[in-house]
Amino acid sequence: MTDMNVEPSLRMGVVLAALRTPSFMIGLVLTLVFLFAALLSFVWTPYDVTQLEIANKLKTPSATHWFGTDAFGRDIFSMVMIGARVSIAVALIAVGIGIVIGVPLGLLAAARHGTLLDEIVMRANDLVFAFPALLMAIMITAVFGPSAVNAIIAIGIFNIPVFARLSRGAALSLWQRDYVLAARVAGKGRTLISAEHILPNITNLLIVQGTIQFSLGILAEAGLAYVGLGTQPPLPSWGRMLSEAQTMIYIAPHLAIFPGLAIVFTVLGLNLMGDGLRDIFDPKLRRAR
Amino acid sequence: MLPYMIKRLVSLTISLMAASLVIFFVIEVVPGDPASFMLGLNASPETVAALRDSLGLNAPAPMRYWQWITGLVQGEFGISYTYKVPVSELIADRFWVSMPLSVYALMLSTAIAFPVGVIAAARRNSPTDVSIMGVTQLGVAVPNFWFAMLLVLLFSITLRWFSAGGFPGWEAGFFACMKALTLPAIALALPQASILARVMRSSLLDTLGEDFVRTARAKGLTRRQALWRHALRNALIPVLTIIGLQFSFLLAGAIIIENVFFLPGLGRLVFQSITQRDLIVVKSVIFLLVFAVILVTFIVDVTYAIVDPRLRRARA
Amino acid sequence: MALLEIEKLNVSIKGTPILRDVGLGVDAGEVLGVVGESGSGKSMTAMAIMQLLPVGTEWNGAVRLGGKALETFSEKDMCALRGNEIGMVFQEPMTALNPVQTIGDQVAETILVHSGKSRREARRIAREALNRVGLPEDRFPLDRYPHDLSGGQRQRVVIAMAIALRPKLLIADEPTTALDVTTQAQILKLLKKLVDEDGMGMILITHDLAVVADMADHIAIMKDGEVVEAGDTVTLFREMKHPYTRSLFEASNHVPSRNPVNVPGRGKPVIEVSGVVRDYPLPRRSLFSAPGHFRAVDHVSLAIGRGENVGLVGESGCGKSTLTRAILALDPVQSGEIKLDGGVFSTHGHGPDRDMRRRVQVVFQDPYSSFNPRHRVDRLIAEPFFLLDEQPDREERHRRINEALVNVGLQPSDAHKYIHEFSGGQRQRIAIARALIIEPSLIVLDEAVSALDVSIRAQILDLLADLSDRLAISYLFISHDLSVVRAITDRVLVMKSGKVVEEGLTEDVFRNPRHPYTKELLAATPVLDEALKAREARAAASGLGASS
Repeated sequence: MTDMNVEPSLRMGVVLAALRTPSFMIGLVLTLVFLFAALLSFVWTPYDVTQLEIANKLKTPSATHWFGTDAFGRDIFSMVMIGARVSIAVALIAVGIGIVIGVPLGLLAAARHGTLLDEIVMRANDLVFAFPALLMAIMITAVFGPSAVNAIIAIGIFNIPVFARLSRGAALSLWQRDYVLAARVAGKGRTLISAEHILPNITNLLIVQGTIQFSLGILAEAGLAYVGLGTQPPLPSWGRMLSEAQTMIYIAPHLAIFPGLAIVFTVLGLNLMGDGLRDIFDPKLRRAR
Repeated sequence: MLPYMIKRLVSLTISLMAASLVIFFVIEVVPGDPASFMLGLNASPETVAALRDSLGLNAPAPMRYWQWITGLVQGEFGISYTYKVPVSELIADRFWVSMPLSVYALMLSTAIAFPVGVIAAARRNSPTDVSIMGVTQLGVAVPNFWFAMLLVLLFSITLRWFSAGGFPGWEAGFFACMKALTLPAIALALPQASILARVMRSSLLDTLGEDFVRTARAKGLTRRQALWRHALRNALIPVLTIIGLQFSFLLAGAIIIENVFFLPGLGRLVFQSITQRDLIVVKSVIFLLVFAVILVTFIVDVTYAIVDPRLRRARA
Repeated sequence: MALLEIEKLNVSIKGTPILRDVGLGVDAGEVLGVVGESGSGKSMTAMAIMQLLPVGTEWNGAVRLGGKALETFSEKDMCALRGNEIGMVFQEPMTALNPVQTIGDQVAETILVHSGKSRREARRIAREALNRVGLPEDRFPLDRYPHDLSGGQRQRVVIAMAIALRPKLLIADEPTTALDVTTQAQILKLLKKLVDEDGMGMILITHDLAVVADMADHIAIMKDGEVVEAGDTVTLFREMKHPYTRSLFEASNHVPSRNPVNVPGRGKPVIEVSGVVRDYPLPRRSLFSAPGHFRAVDHVSLAIGRGENVGLVGESGCGKSTLTRAILALDPVQSGEIKLDGGVFSTHGHGPDRDMRRRVQVVFQDPYSSFNPRHRVDRLIAEPFFLLDEQPDREERHRRINEALVNVGLQPSDAHKYIHEFSGGQRQRIAIARALIIEPSLIVLDEAVSALDVSIRAQILDLLADLSDRLAISYLFISHDLSVVRAITDRVLVMKSGKVVEEGLTEDVFRNPRHPYTKELLAATPVLDEALKAREARAAASGLGASS
């Protein structure tokens, strides 16, 4: 796991390897498409989704409305674009929370391995693992009411132990390396060693896990929005579009198809990218698989 | 084995205590006054005082926590504020929908994932393996509730094999209930099975590269024999971890899926309670679900010891 | 007719040739030693005989076992042959056994796979095999798991699996490399006994010339996938036709020539360790008992003078690594005192300050894990500058990096390369440069040459001797390899169970060991010259017997 070391002089090689890894390229393209759609939605969407046109409701896909329209006559394609914005933002910030809090905790636990501090960090992690993001969201929502921010917090909290465990495990094996011992003989303290020798050598691992948690975050956000614990109207989100579609599944099944496909392709893209990165960073693993 | 079990039991109890503290803190301490929170802004001070009195909220927080915990141990969850019935009654019926659904899904997911993962690993890089990996890659990306909607679209609306939702109640008979739970369980299980199959495959490939598998081959075992007799059991150890984690995802997933199929489970109860601000029900349901997750972690730990003799040693 | 004959064996992986025209032969009851350095293709030859080559490997050539042409065998035929007619023992006993199966089941499996025998019968034969390899029933019942056994015991189990069906040929691939020297001697003796009793042919693959000189009747020397020289052991060593054989032989016996320059203060004490104790807490036996302690280092004292090289030898678990960590101030000492250049370096509850710490540097065993792969060589070797109160300016820094590199036989231009551009031997030079750069009083060499091939090892030993002669640096040379310690050190300490059991001038200790443990260690260590002499004497005796 910790052999995912890429020497800086090989960075060009990494780029070349990336270009030669089809799964990574497909994943990258898919991800970029949705990222582009999300960014574009800030300045332009085919239709204004705040305008309700009841006369135009429940249209099936056509040249004017590529994905059709919903029960209020809103353009689904435009809503999917804006939904990408919400999904990506929520998942990305949640991954950020996980990394910013989890990684230092994991590094700290590893640097103080075997002490009470390590034990406390690990037990706290176990505890958080007992609360799936949904339960966390239910608790927070029960008290503060539903909102996108609460979804971010719930998913973010769940990401903390993921990154804490990962970085602790990887860091522990690096602490056994002779170069860390050499740094200690050179008088360097645990914090400096963690920053200089440990963190740079686990970044590849963190990037791979980051893409995976990103995709899980998108799934979780969709689920929370679907049960009404996430983004609130009027902002469209994929999950809520699906919950609205469900009530009309008999008369307008197309409402359920496009937001769902948007979720699938975004998550697929991120996962392919994560798998591809793993192969690129660790050619040994690729040979073994 | 016994010291290991005791150690796991101690850590199970500690986890439960800590989890209950977190739940208590978030639900009863963070909102300030739960009584006025539950009644909303328009409640008169007298009604708030009355509710606070009836909920025993005048007692200091540590006291209330103690009462809650001692109640839980005796199976007393308190009285629902909206339904005016004991929460334990409310939960009991719904528990017997959510729990069977999760277990059903877990069994389905494991039953599918094991053979698929083993076949993919045994025929690494073959067309079979490549297509399995492709399908599971897709399966991992599908949100279970959307998959549930597609299943309804196909099997209930188009083919009319299953009803689109609802639950007949256990008094309608085992098979009627299982039939009602089948589509939801499939919707929950397939995405999870994709993850599990991928873990199974990669874990098995890892173990196939171990020295002891080479030793087995040098003894004259065929590739297949080495896989079944030596690699598989060792490969199970990481797979078990994932199964344990999956249960918590399945439980959470079940809460969502209940909405798609109109199943009267804990999910429906908890969402209704959130709208009605019935914190007592919310608190109890969350504790119950967290309890289930922690219990499954414990079971997984014990299973480890059965699979791995190194753990059975008295290393308490 | 030979038991095993290999002719023109070629192996390539994705077009890259690994073995070229390899030819070998083994007779029944005879040991063939296959010797070579890493990458010579000796293990690949073994796997080719077993036809257990990695996926994507292509091979051709003739492999005949007792007249049967194995190259024509199907995978199914080979399965019937492996474990039955050919047994194999591997290098790493710690991972060679299935951790979740009992040793009895694993040995019995060999029998069950190849014969229609009942489980009971198979277990009876397994029991017999375990008894034969020195694992008697009272202490090693069939239901023990591998994790209960030591490395040597596990290797015995692997051997039991390999010989349970009394195969015609046994292939042992570096069977003792991962083991301590006394365990190695026992395992080699066991293998020899089994060969004699069963009349097996054995291929012993090793990097250690002394081991083959002792064990093998014939030797094949391999280099870069080819057999460069082969023949009867005594004749081969006497003639050494191929220059590579000669260089291997010389490197194995290499003793660096010493020429110390006179430096003021040579011989003055640098480090004085007195009564150092290191305890490790043991896991609690039960919830209620107090945690116990394991005393890894038990009142050890030693002293090293300026320019002096002191060896510390002992087997794994003797406490030498723990002592090293204490001397490097990586772990605190529980009692006792370490003095450096007359001042207190560390004692209980008190570690060294920066200036003290600067004066003790280290070179580790594994050249591949000793460097952060993300840093360039200049940054890597300049790391100890951290210990200076005043950082050297750019020019000074540059000058000292260059000097350190030149001192260890590298180029100043190497400073801008990354570590993956260097071989194992070069990396070890860089590690030495890193230790040298802040002019320490003492360098701890923790198995610093153990991971290197013999020819590289000889070069590094020369470098160390040269540095010690020129700069009067003191070494604490920690090793399990007695021949290396003998070649480089002035004085030696022998450690066992946390205590120093013998101490003295290296030559004195090696010639006249006093402590029984030292005697045991020395007796167990294979020595090339002695093994050859013994073999020649035996050959002469049997030659006389034959002619009379």
